[in-house]
Amino acid sequence: MRRLVCALAAAVLAAGPACAVLPSEQLHDPKLEARARHVGEELRCVVCQNETIDESDAPLAHDLRVILRQRLLAGDTDRQAIDYIVARYGHFVLLKPPFEAQTLLLWLGPFLVLGVGAVGLGLMARAAARSSEETAPLTAEEAVLLRRRLEGEDAP
Amino acid sequence: MRRLVFLAPVVVFAGVMVAFALGLGHDPSVLPSTLIGKPVPAFSLPPVRPGDGGLASPQLASGGGPRLLNAFASWCVACRVEHPLLLGLKAQGVPIDGLDWKDKSADAEKYLTQQGDPYQRVGNDESGRAGIDLGVAGVPETFVVDGHGRVRYKQVGPITPDDWTRTIQPLMERLRRE
Repeated sequence: MRRLVCALAAAVLAAGPACAVLPSEQLHDPKLEARARHVGEELRCVVCQNETIDESDAPLAHDLRVILRQRLLAGDTDRQAIDYIVARYGHFVLLKPPFEAQTLLLWLGPFLVLGVGAVGLGLMARAAARSSEETAPLTAEEAVLLRRRLEGEDAP
Repeated sequence: MRRLVFLAPVVVFAGVMVAFALGLGHDPSVLPSTLIGKPVPAFSLPPVRPGDGGLASPQLASGGGPRLLNAFASWCVACRVEHPLLLGLKAQGVPIDGLDWKDKSADAEKYLTQQGDPYQRVGNDESGRAGIDLGVAGVPETFVVDGHGRVRYKQVGPITPDDWTRTIQPLMERLRRE
């Protein structure tokens, strides 16, 4: 029983993400096919937008996988093959957006938010430190009052 | 000023809400076309209607006014929703060409016989390659092509009467005067 559970767990852990690349689409050259897989993982399917074209069962994703392989067979570099698809569907298909003026906020946004948080935290800490320093010492009257309270006498 | 610091979370919250409202109002399936201002990519498609010339990209550069290029398919439900509007536009004299995307020409011919035929020219793009070159992600999509054969606008999804009167018709008026 335990062995069965272990085997099942191992199988589940070893399974990669589902891949919709059909055997009929695959290239005979394993090196080229590996490149096609690598590129396909970076391209978003425009029909099921949270899947890569390698994961998607949409007919359009199938077409794009075939086109991608045709481009690679024709001698395109990975970059050229990606640009071929981007020229048709735009930067949106890139799951790894390029670092450029248009995507500056996307790439630097998290650091910006982190910076704002750090500055805010710093200001708060400084304000807290200053307010504790700024507490004035008790006046003579207050000291007398405090001692009476502490000693359990009634307030005047 | 210091007193107002307690408002900071409220301001941040309001900002996040505005960002969400803008984000939720945005339809992610509508992708901006990469072809705006560029010539229609080259294609030459066989006919859907027997005995007719099909559709080739140079024909879209009419030299005259703008035209519509409507990507459709017989299997597409949203196209049927849009179809009466296209027939109405044809009656008004708006030139429309059809690109029958990922479809069998016999099916498309039957569809046009049954539903009416709004197209001046129709090409059958069974492999879908012409549509992919145009950046078609699904049907219907409609391109406004000017007299020089350049794409000027892309509508994703069926054209509603509102889309027509507010966006596409004024654009075509403007292009006609260009």
